[in-house]
Parts: sequence; structure tokens; C-alpha cells
Amino acid sequence: MSSKETILNSIRENTITSTIKLPETNIPHISYENKNEKYAAALASVGGNAVWLEDGDINAFVAEHYKDTEVIASTCKEFTNETIDANKPNTPHALENVDLAVIKAQFAVAENGAVWVKNPENRHRALYFLAKQLLIIVDKNAIVDTMHEAYEQIEFNKSGYGLFISGPSKTADIEQSLVIGAHGPTDACILFV
Amino acid sequence: MGHPEAAEKFIANDERMHWHDKALWFVREKRDLAAHGIPEWEELRRVAKQIKTHVMSKLDVYLEEFEENAKEKGIHVHWAKDAKEHNEIVLKLLLNRGAKKLVKSKSMLTEECHLNPYLEENGIDVVDTDLGERIVQLREEAPSHIVLPAIHLKKEDVGTTFEHFLKTEKGNSDPTYLTRSARVHLRKKFLNADASLTGVNFGIAETGGIVVCTNEGNADLGASLAKLHIASMGIEKIIPKIKDLAVFTRLLSRSATGQPITSYTSHFHAPVEGGEMHIIIVDNGRSKILGSQDFKQSLNCIRCGACLNTCPIYRRSGGHSYGYTIPGPIGSTLGPSKDLSANKTLPFACTLCASCSNVCPIKIDLHHQLYKYRQHVVNAGLLATKKHTILKVAAWVMKHPSLLDFGGKIARKIVPIMPRSILYSSANIWGKKRELPKFPKNSFKELYKQHKEGKK
Repeated sequence: MSSKETILNSIRENTITSTIKLPETNIPHISYENKNEKYAAALASVGGNAVWLEDGDINAFVAEHYKDTEVIASTCKEFTNETIDANKPNTPHALENVDLAVIKAQFAVAENGAVWVKNPENRHRALYFLAKQLLIIVDKNAIVDTMHEAYEQIEFNKSGYGLFISGPSKTADIEQSLVIGAHGPTDACILFV
Repeated sequence: MGHPEAAEKFIANDERMHWHDKALWFVREKRDLAAHGIPEWEELRRVAKQIKTHVMSKLDVYLEEFEENAKEKGIHVHWAKDAKEHNEIVLKLLLNRGAKKLVKSKSMLTEECHLNPYLEENGIDVVDTDLGERIVQLREEAPSHIVLPAIHLKKEDVGTTFEHFLKTEKGNSDPTYLTRSARVHLRKKFLNADASLTGVNFGIAETGGIVVCTNEGNADLGASLAKLHIASMGIEKIIPKIKDLAVFTRLLSRSATGQPITSYTSHFHAPVEGGEMHIIIVDNGRSKILGSQDFKQSLNCIRCGACLNTCPIYRRSGGHSYGYTIPGPIGSTLGPSKDLSANKTLPFACTLCASCSNVCPIKIDLHHQLYKYRQHVVNAGLLATKKHTILKVAAWVMKHPSLLDFGGKIARKIVPIMPRSILYSSANIWGKKRELPKFPKNSFKELYKQHKEGKK
């Protein structure tokens, strides 16, 4: 008997719980009067910052706020001043020295400061984690209240990779002292346009 | 060594014991703040429990659905009935690709399987990349907490460890400095790794993918650089639908550390370009627990660690005193389920205060389980003779009211005049850190009688 059969048989033999209906997961939930304000506060609490860009000029924003940044990669069409093409190298290791990655997120979640990032056109996932700084571009109208609405918009019918990012990478493994910048980016800015 | 003996070592350093207690209580308070910010918190817990109960009623169906969908997405699925088979599969996958250097992110399952020593014996270079796990790995210790692996250590301990292994500045124990040093050290390991291994927080039957939650980004960095990604998953990690994650992601990190969500909640549904992704589904004794009315709920655990942070015994005895991979209340039921004799003292590492059950995001009946396991320990004849005899004598006396009255009368007369050296001698374990209350003149029974007669 294969291990699969052994395990499944053992489960079948041992199961004593009678089946109950799978509950509705989209329960009535909190909604925020001012989603932008809540989002900015939640993001600040996890070490990130949110900016609303009035004129929509991402190139100008980057030029102003990331002055001494050398290596810039982008997966965002609205930003055109990248210094390297992140999709060009055949291995992600080539992205090791990226100083700033400008990436797109599909929407933001007010309750926890996260953004949903799923960009099938981005060749190397490692970009999100190798870059020293992240600038994430989100449509200013795409903020939901909670994870319930977030998951209404997420599907994986096809293979792929997607993630929620909430602020920069961090750790508190040494004496519970929060240190921003663990293995991934040390800085994360969410730019609403 | 049982929990009391191991805990004795931990509490010998009174200052550190109190420091540990406070550090964890701080995390518990952060959890409270985060939970109270969600008006529907209790409803979330109720729904989470329902989902898990539903899954455990048809786990076989969901596991097969998961495998089918994973395969459709080009992910390889393996089944391991025990730790040995799991470790052999990992080694085989590494050898097949000629991988010698493995970076790992947090996985309590691989701790349970003792994967690291097995791989090292077979010539694999294994690096734990979660900062806390790397610290304990360098010190050749086990994690003392399932979410905060190095919570038992002070920054000075980490400083000296890094001085030795990472050649950091002597005497510098600044957490930011140490974290940055580890970042540089581990970045090299990530870039040079041939393979990565991650744990699994949730396996989604509907999509055949897995979700991994981290703050440091180490799971993603490992899995997105190396061409081979292995994910080890216990059979109980399955959830039916992707939408169920709304409930679990809202509960998990708030319960764990008081954060609204982890920095990264990553949904892996494909290997990297030109790479392979493998998921190993592991039983290792879990399916047997499904058949126990008293203990089946322990499989609903999502490993947030909230029960550890709130437990008065865990906070004051430290994770290593449990001697089982998973410490704290949840470990004190999972341990005996795995091996009752080896973990017979764990159900007693509990005051039955029920705080664990009250903070558990899945509403697992933890304190009931520990109470039940005490009975299993006694019935199996595993209770220490001294303790058993004392309990037997106490039960016998209590069954004889006149004897109990007489004993009480003598005690009330003698105890107050006994010298401290005898009263608090080494035989009185209870009195080690406690003072006896002032003895009253009369027993409750006598007072009750007087009161009743006075009324007449």
C-alpha cells in the first residue's frame, strides 16, 4: 500500500466528527468611514508610509524622493525611469543590487495596511525581496475595508504567485525589539495614484 | 527529565524568569489590543472553529482535492506517513537535483521530524533563515517558542553568539546592529542556496496552493531564488476555499503578535521559472488524533502561539522545560498524543486557569484536554508514586468526615505553634515560594453549625 493510501485509510478509519456545513466566511464586518485615513494609520503602525499623489506623475515623485538611488527596476508601466529591465536577466540573482523596485499592486486593505500584489508579467518574484526599497503603486480608488472583501477579488484558477505585502520586512526576534528591515526591503512606500 | 525538574533549572535565575514572564505578557497585551479593535472578533473565532471542524470531518476528501489541484498547477505532491519517510523524501529531492545547500524558513513540522540533523548527517548544509531560528541553530538549541524561537535569550546572549559565529563587534548587543549583521550573513546564504524549504500555514484544497506567512521575508527570498522549493505540510493544514483565508489571516497574526497581518502573506501556486515545487503531506501520528473525542480539536491549531503567551506556567518555566517540540498548552496535549509516557508531566504543567482556551483563535478546548490527559496519565499508571500516594491518602481521608474533622482540629492547634524550620522544611514543596494563611480557630463546618444554632 502506498503512503498516500495508508494516510487516507487511517484518516477514514479514525474520523469521528460528523459533517457540519461549511460556514459563510464573508461575515458582517467592520467598515471604516475614512478608508484612506485608516489605511495610512495601519501602514504606519507596521513601519510603512502611504502617499496620495495628486498629479499622478510617478517619474517626478521618484526623482524627488529617491534622489541618490542608483539601480531602479520597475514592473509598472506608468513609471518609465527605470535603470535596469528586471525581466531581462535569466536568473533572479542578477537583481541582487537593486536599490529601488517600483511595482504595481491591485488593491489595498484598510484594516491592516496590506496591498495585494500579483503581477504575472513580472518574471522574478525575488525582485520584491531583493530590492532595498519598495515603491508600490495602487489605484487610489482600490481600497477595501477588510480581508473578506480582499479575498472576494482573489483567485488562483491558474498557476501563479501572489502575496499581501504590509510594510517593509521586519523582525522582533531579539528581545522583542522591533527592527525594520530583516531579509527583505528596509523601506516600503505605498503610492496611491 | 520531566517538566518540574527542567523548570526548576529555568526558575533558578529569578530575575530572568520574571523578565521572560513580562516579555511574553507584553505580547499577550498586544494581542488583546489587536483583537479588541475588531468588533466581529468573536464571530471570527466561531466561524474559524466551524471551518476547521468541517475540514476534520472530511479531511481525506480535501487532501485528495488539494493534491489534484496542485498537480494541475505543476506542483509535485508527496505523502509521508511518518517523520522518517518525510526526511527521506526531502533528502531524495535534494540529491536528485544535486543540491547541497539548503535554506529553510520556519517549520515546526521539520523540528518535529528532526530533519536538520538527518540532512547534516547526509552531507547537506542546512541554514535556518528566520532570525530567531538562526540564533538557536548557531547555539545548537531548539526553538523555545513556536513563533518567537529565541524568546528565552537576552540581546547580550545573541551578541556573544554572533561575536563567535558572525564576527560581530565585541560587546555590541544592539538589536538593530545584530539584525543587520544577520541580514548580511544570511543574504549570502540565500544567494548561494541550491534549494529552499518552507513550512506551510495553510494549504488550499480548492486551488492546490499553499500560503506562508512571515515578517522577515525569508520564506519568499529562499523560495524565489533557488530553483527547488520544498514545502512540508501537516495533513491538518488544509482549508477548503481560498475565501476561508479571510477568516484565518485576520485571526492569525493578531493572535500571535498583535500585528494586523504579517509583512508577507504569500500564496505559492507555481514553481519559479525553470524550477520545481514540491509539497510533502505529512501524517506522523496526526490521523490517529482524529479518532479521539477528547483530543481531536488539537488538530485545529493554526500555531499562533497565543496560548503560550498567556499561560502562567509557560511564561514562568520557558519553552525548553517542556522537552517537546511544541511547548505550552497546545504542546502539552500534542506531546501526550504522540507519546504519553515520554510526555506524562506536561498535562500537569497547567493551573487549569483556562486562559489558553479563552485566547485561542480557533476556540480549542485546551484546558479540558489537559485535564483529561491527567486522567489518562493516572489510568496508565504513569503518575509519580509519591504524588499518587499523597492523592490516594487525601482521597481516603476526605471520604471519612470524622477523620477529616479530627485532622483539621489537630492542624489548627499545632501548625500555628510549629517553628518555621519544620513547617517550611524541604518536605513542604508548596511552601517554597508561598506563605500559609493564618489558621482560623474554627473550621468552616463548626462556624456553619454555630451560625445555624445562633439563628434559632
